[in-house]
Amino acid sequence: MQIDLTVNGKQTMLDVEPRLLLVHALRDSLNLTGTHVGCDTSSCGACTVLLDGVSVKSCTVFAVQAAGHEVTTIEGIGTAAELHPMQEAFWSAHGLQCGYCTTGMIVSAVDLLKRNPDPTDDQIRAGLEGNLCRCTGYENIVKAVRAAGAAMRSGTARHSVNDLMPVHPPDVEPPPSGEGIILQQLQETKA
Amino acid sequence: MAFTTMVGARIRRREDPRLITGRATYVDDVRQVGTVYAAFVRSPYGHAKITSVDTSAAKADPHVLAVYTGEDLHHAHNLKASLPVAHKMPDLKTPPHYVLALDEVRVVGEAVAIVVADSPYTARDAAEKVAVEYEELPAVVDVEKAAAGPPYVHESLGTNVAFTMPFSAGDPDKAFAEADVVVKQRIVNQRVAPVPIEPRSMVASYDAGMQQLTLYSATQIPHLLRTQLAIVLGLPENKIRAIAPEVGGGFGAKLNVYAEEVVVSWVAMQLERPVKYIETRSECFQAMIHGRDQIDDLEIAAKDDGTITALRLKITANMGAYHQLLTPVIPTLTMLMAHGCYKFENIAAEVVGVFTNTMSTDAYRGAGRPEATFFIERAIDMVAQRLKLDPVDVRRKNFIAKSAFPHTTATGLTYDSGDYETTMDKALGIADYAGLRKQQAALRAQGRYLGIGLSTYVEVCGMGPSAAMPAAGWDSATIRIEPTGSITVLTGVSPHGQGQETTFAQIVADELGVPIDHISVIHGDTDKVQYGVGTFGSRGTAVGGAALKLAIDTIQAKAIKIAAHQWEANPDDVEYRDGKIQVKGDPSKTMTTPEAGFLAFMGDKLPPGLEPGLDATRRFEPPNFVFPFGTHICVVEVDAQSGQVEVVSYLAVDDCGRLINPMIAEGQVHGGIAQGLSQALFEEVVYDDRGQLLTGTLMDYAIPHAEQVPHFELGHTVTPTTVNPLGIKGIGEAGTIGSTPAVANAVIDALAPFGVVHIDMPLKPEKLWAAMQPKPTNGSAR
Repeated sequence: MQIDLTVNGKQTMLDVEPRLLLVHALRDSLNLTGTHVGCDTSSCGACTVLLDGVSVKSCTVFAVQAAGHEVTTIEGIGTAAELHPMQEAFWSAHGLQCGYCTTGMIVSAVDLLKRNPDPTDDQIRAGLEGNLCRCTGYENIVKAVRAAGAAMRSGTARHSVNDLMPVHPPDVEPPPSGEGIILQQLQETKA
Repeated sequence: MAFTTMVGARIRRREDPRLITGRATYVDDVRQVGTVYAAFVRSPYGHAKITSVDTSAAKADPHVLAVYTGEDLHHAHNLKASLPVAHKMPDLKTPPHYVLALDEVRVVGEAVAIVVADSPYTARDAAEKVAVEYEELPAVVDVEKAAAGPPYVHESLGTNVAFTMPFSAGDPDKAFAEADVVVKQRIVNQRVAPVPIEPRSMVASYDAGMQQLTLYSATQIPHLLRTQLAIVLGLPENKIRAIAPEVGGGFGAKLNVYAEEVVVSWVAMQLERPVKYIETRSECFQAMIHGRDQIDDLEIAAKDDGTITALRLKITANMGAYHQLLTPVIPTLTMLMAHGCYKFENIAAEVVGVFTNTMSTDAYRGAGRPEATFFIERAIDMVAQRLKLDPVDVRRKNFIAKSAFPHTTATGLTYDSGDYETTMDKALGIADYAGLRKQQAALRAQGRYLGIGLSTYVEVCGMGPSAAMPAAGWDSATIRIEPTGSITVLTGVSPHGQGQETTFAQIVADELGVPIDHISVIHGDTDKVQYGVGTFGSRGTAVGGAALKLAIDTIQAKAIKIAAHQWEANPDDVEYRDGKIQVKGDPSKTMTTPEAGFLAFMGDKLPPGLEPGLDATRRFEPPNFVFPFGTHICVVEVDAQSGQVEVVSYLAVDDCGRLINPMIAEGQVHGGIAQGLSQALFEEVVYDDRGQLLTGTLMDYAIPHAEQVPHFELGHTVTPTTVNPLGIKGIGEAGTIGSTPAVANAVIDALAPFGVVHIDMPLKPEKLWAAMQPKPTNGSAR
């Protein structure tokens, strides 16, 4: 059947089987391969896109359900010439390794900040619970979302990947952790 | 020497722009005209005879191009070869492992037939039309039952024992007889699933005119895969191209040669069409290798002062139904690392590998070493608990001293370098260990159960010297100075998240004095890159990076000759300084590497006898493994009402020698800790008695969400190695190896007031709650 939808701002007409999943329509009919598939139970979130601005798992949406709606994929979030602050932050904070979950993670995080522009670390972790990452242990993903939130709140301009890669000063020793930091955290947690 | 600016810098990764914008090409993103799609028909039984396979309904489907069964492949098409297992064990039993089951299936998910259709949807529809009749056979899943006798996974073997490997050093019997205390414990290291977020993915195509097979596969080892495809398919290796494009995580599970890779390649040759197969997550749980799954029965002998004197160990390792590439090798690594970082000399050990009706175990992040670290670190804590000593003091008493390196262990490994006490002391300082213990006592008085767990690990990686490996252990690098000055690096390792496109460029930028943006690092394509062994065993930089350093040396030596000729100087008086070529002591006249490269390309101003071109291919054969180490400290609180574990804080102080890019190294540690912590608390692959997989989806198998892991605090110390010219050790697996025992020790420490000595992983709330209930008899848990 024929459906009309808007994908990354572009009006699109597709001829789809009723059972076709949105993720496959995006990947195979529109060649938007930045949206990935990592499971078959709606658990991993690699396929996350925005449907009318709200994050959904595109493996759990039929393409026909998107008829008349607006879909934003990672390709529409930002480009190499104009990175979204979230993409910039994932890059700077080393919030990705293999990159497979990353596109869905970035889309989810963009939605998270829309709902809560200044989340705590715990709120970031809770907000991303629908997206699984096996590489990073989430540490730098949390750091990236925090940094993106700060950048977006201050209205920092978008950068291009062609801007010279910022080279941080050589840093043989990571920032000093300080004595007693664990105890301090413990007391904060239990305060 | 250079190493002035880029090396050691936290620069952003060069691979990331394509990844964060959705422009990277993973296997499923490869588009080829005329592609058809495969689906596999898989065994629903753990053990069964195949009595008939009826493909007629599937073949009648107009969307279907072809259906092939095991019979078709084995008889009609003569594809009889078994999948490879790399090992050097004289007595290993290696039953045939066909790419499609022939007349018997031995594990749920074993491929029985392949269906090829015009779309992934129609392929799966048609796969359901293949009618396979089975006669279920008795299955065996429990590894100890399997070791004891029938039913047999492979009837013709008359046993389920794949191999037995005894080992003894020193005089363990005497040491046990003279011990003040002996701690005995059976430790189950449960089966876990690697779960890279990208499942196994492949697309094969065949150019009949060129007789060339091309296989894109999500693999860690494109060259080894090519070699094995040549053997199994009976093709000349120079007619096969294996490509690992962007790969979405491996963790060892993609260090393999899978049946599906062979079948899809073969089918592409029959159909002369590109054939794509992307497994579902459910298939991935069934048919991608699993990790761990050992029972470690140990006895450890100690003196009253905490000195460990001997270890007796029996490792019963579950092989699964068949050997995959390294299945039997993994538990032998456990035995080699049974020492941990402790200096005792007396060991009696036995490794037994046992077949069961489960998926093969194989390399999963750490691969054999996490199991060793787990039991020795648990054992140290048990000794401390028995003797009422602080686990820190027991560790300190038994550490191999800094001055004792290189240190040859009783199991025959030579630890390259180490300073275990400094690293532990640094961790204890950051954590304020004494303060934590006070806090623990205060909270206990309030009925709150805080646990403090240490793990002082050492691991063997940088795999490895060829003589000590099941196959080649070296790796390679090529550097080409192109005529217009850009630099191409071809590495034989196959990174899939580890960041070598960045770290290797950092090394070259410093040594050859070029901007990092002028360097391109290429990997993962056997038609572009010289033979390399791949990425696994934390070898990418320790071995591949060392090969790169050798190639740099060769480039520099030739560039010096070119510059010296230009300046009419003696090459002995010319040197590289800060990345530029100059006459020693005269910085007024310099030449850059690209300038030397251009002269080498023009070819008309070269010294007599010197070949044109400025490029080099070098291979590094590691003289030894490397042995990174560190101290992890985990603090948990266990809720007495629910048994719920809260990880209050986590600290890792690691030492992997010199760091090329600390940001990337830290990322490796973060991810490693999460995986190891998750084994301790959440993950477990479960089969029922008939071999049904009960944890077959991400709904049933728990990999952690962001909320379930804590913030990780990191520190490090630097103890270089002399094993390779970069002075670096691998860091890919250290986090996983160090973390599991730290978490388990913390949880069990929290439960010490209840008399708990050991609880097997995963440390789920119900187990902990039960252990915290008042008991009629002696309160120690299992």
